[in-house]
Amino acid sequence: MSTFWHWFIAAIAVGSIIGCLVLLFGNARGTPGEGTTGHVWDDDLREYNNPLPRWWLNLFILTIVFGVGYLIYYPGLGGFTGSSGWTQKKQLEQRMAEVQAKRQAVYARLGDRDIAALAQDPAVRSLGREVFLGNCAGCHGADAQGARGFPNLADRDWIYGGTPEAILASITQGRQGQMPPFSAALDAKAADELIDTVQHWADPAFNPARRATAMQQFALTCAACHGADGRGNALIGAPNLTDKVWLHGGSREAIRETVLFGRRSNMPAHKDILSADDIRVVAGYVYGLAPPAP
Amino acid sequence: MNSPPAAAAVPYHDTVIRQFIIMTVVWGIVGMTVGVLLAAQLIWPELNFDTPWLTYSRLRPLHTNAVIFAFGGCALFGTSYWVAQRTCRTPLFAPKLAAFTFWGWQLVILAAAITLPLGLTQGKEYAELEWPIDLLIAVVWVSYAVVFFGTLVKRTVSHIYVANWFYGAFIITVAVLHIVNSAAIPYSPFRSYSAYSGAVDAMVQWWYGHNAVGFFLTAGFLGMMDYFVPKQAGRPIYSYRLSIVHFWALISIYMWAGPHHLMYTALPDWAQSLGMVFSLILLAPSWGGMINGVMTLSGAWHKLRDDPILKFLIVSLSFYGMSTFEGPMMSIKTVNALSHYTDWTIGHVHSGALGWVAMITVGSVYMLIPRLFNKPKMHSVPAINLHFWLATIGTVLYITAMWIAGVMQGLMWRAVSDDGTLTYSFVESLKATYPFYALRLLGGLVFLSGMLVMAWNVWKTTQPLPGTRPERDANPHAALPEAQS
Repeated sequence: MSTFWHWFIAAIAVGSIIGCLVLLFGNARGTPGEGTTGHVWDDDLREYNNPLPRWWLNLFILTIVFGVGYLIYYPGLGGFTGSSGWTQKKQLEQRMAEVQAKRQAVYARLGDRDIAALAQDPAVRSLGREVFLGNCAGCHGADAQGARGFPNLADRDWIYGGTPEAILASITQGRQGQMPPFSAALDAKAADELIDTVQHWADPAFNPARRATAMQQFALTCAACHGADGRGNALIGAPNLTDKVWLHGGSREAIRETVLFGRRSNMPAHKDILSADDIRVVAGYVYGLAPPAP
Repeated sequence: MNSPPAAAAVPYHDTVIRQFIIMTVVWGIVGMTVGVLLAAQLIWPELNFDTPWLTYSRLRPLHTNAVIFAFGGCALFGTSYWVAQRTCRTPLFAPKLAAFTFWGWQLVILAAAITLPLGLTQGKEYAELEWPIDLLIAVVWVSYAVVFFGTLVKRTVSHIYVANWFYGAFIITVAVLHIVNSAAIPYSPFRSYSAYSGAVDAMVQWWYGHNAVGFFLTAGFLGMMDYFVPKQAGRPIYSYRLSIVHFWALISIYMWAGPHHLMYTALPDWAQSLGMVFSLILLAPSWGGMINGVMTLSGAWHKLRDDPILKFLIVSLSFYGMSTFEGPMMSIKTVNALSHYTDWTIGHVHSGALGWVAMITVGSVYMLIPRLFNKPKMHSVPAINLHFWLATIGTVLYITAMWIAGVMQGLMWRAVSDDGTLTYSFVESLKATYPFYALRLLGGLVFLSGMLVMAWNVWKTTQPLPGTRPERDANPHAALPEAQS
């Protein structure tokens, strides 16, 4: 702040306070009485000239005294930093340090156990749930069951793999999923066949001739990512098409939109948002959500 | 001093007042109906019917603009024209310009009602309207100033009544606030960029935003109070000296209060502190208006028993005192850290908006309607009494629900577990708020139902009495019956 602005701000602030006091004391005297000022408006509007109520005057002065004290103790008068040296940044840092200290005490007990072991520890799971609710639930839901476009983390189906390493990588580095659009590559008939077949992949009653034609197209356009057997590829996040889990919806319309216009998914990287310990704890929580193998 | 002409001899211009006062009732009902829909959407989001222009985000500014600028604005235009003429004992200056302010202001409201649901917005709270509408507002507002101050200049009484000081301060300041905050660089017929950026933009916006509260919703309505309370009570206003002190203190201190909307943000610490300190000092000047109004009744308290209009006026002053105490408290940094971004703020706003602004307006409208339509009194006095109770109960339900919800949210958001994580996720605080959303909706419905009672009562009052000729058509400036209780 330049010297001019410092003095400008301080002067008008102090000037306003002094102005209030002058106004108050200039009008404080007066005796109560029934006499009006003598002015009459609109036939019958008159005004008394009662003195300022004493309690009100004291309240006014009290707030001014408090204000002056505050502006001495805290920053306020331009560049004057206040006698306390308080800043909101310092206050934030102090509060964060308190919270971090509490967390460190818990994390100290984590040791170097692996994610699978952490997932067995009820204290870690409870801590992980709170980290999850604060950072993950916005997209994946408070129950971790996801939503359209946001994977369910509480089932056994994993787009990028469900090993501790894969889960850690998903949280730390994030994931960018991309299904390219095929509206230019497919004619209407081929698209219809493909979409029907993908939707009814596991249905044995589905028209075998239609499936056979569509699978030729599938081999050309889809198999590179989703695999010739349609079971997906966790390395690149290509979902398994043979099960009943649909990230972007399993209706005919939803699949059509996915195939023709593509999809983009973005799991943000959390390496700069959460500490390494936070990530381990929340990974343990997520790993522990999957129901045991049947 | 020349003796002022008798009331009957002054050809007051009341057509424009009739228009503004009737539209006050209409826009009040429209704005509050949108508010009730929004309250319901918070419980049942599907009430937006998957329609973009019915979504919460677009209707919310429509609600605030409709109740503040359409309902409150029409009330201020109408009453200020009435008060200025009567207390200056002269007809309006430039009556055609006054008529323009009515039609211009309705055009602004109509434009807001179309553009806001379409999603056209500057994104500044209470200043959402895009630049072409902003220009129209500026033209209407300057015309308003010309009419109002022109009327004051040609007054036939020597002293300017205190109500006019407040109306005058409100008109001048709102012009300055609107023009400075709405400064923008247009890049298409309906889109523009703010002339400011970053923290400066935020500060200009809340300098505007808080002074819209301070001058539009406080000073303007204090002007209304200063006329209608002593008039209805039939008592002199309490203290000229107090008027002087609280007027000058209020208008000079309010200017500083804006930064309390930006506590713990990118705004520099010094600006936050000044905003807080002056918000606290604002307590006494704000209460000066309440004392002046309430103490006017000293010696005439019995009138409250059987005059429901006076009940409206006095209860509105109680809510005014309550919310002008609450506001300075909420501006204290440590309190603000709890209350900010919670529904407490919404409760605070509505204790001012429903309790103060709406109730003082309703009381004044009940006083004006019979005088404007040449009737001895409102069609149904019991209906006014019913409206009074609906309004009071509705307001109390609303603000109580939001207080509890707000404090609860603030406590839940800041709760930290022993392990250093946040105890509650946001969605848990949302779930805990649902019962209070329901209570708030109920309060809003009760308040709105009172407005519907008022609409019926106003409609019946404006109808010609059976077997009589509507006299006002024959002589629009006929002398009006005096208000003696």
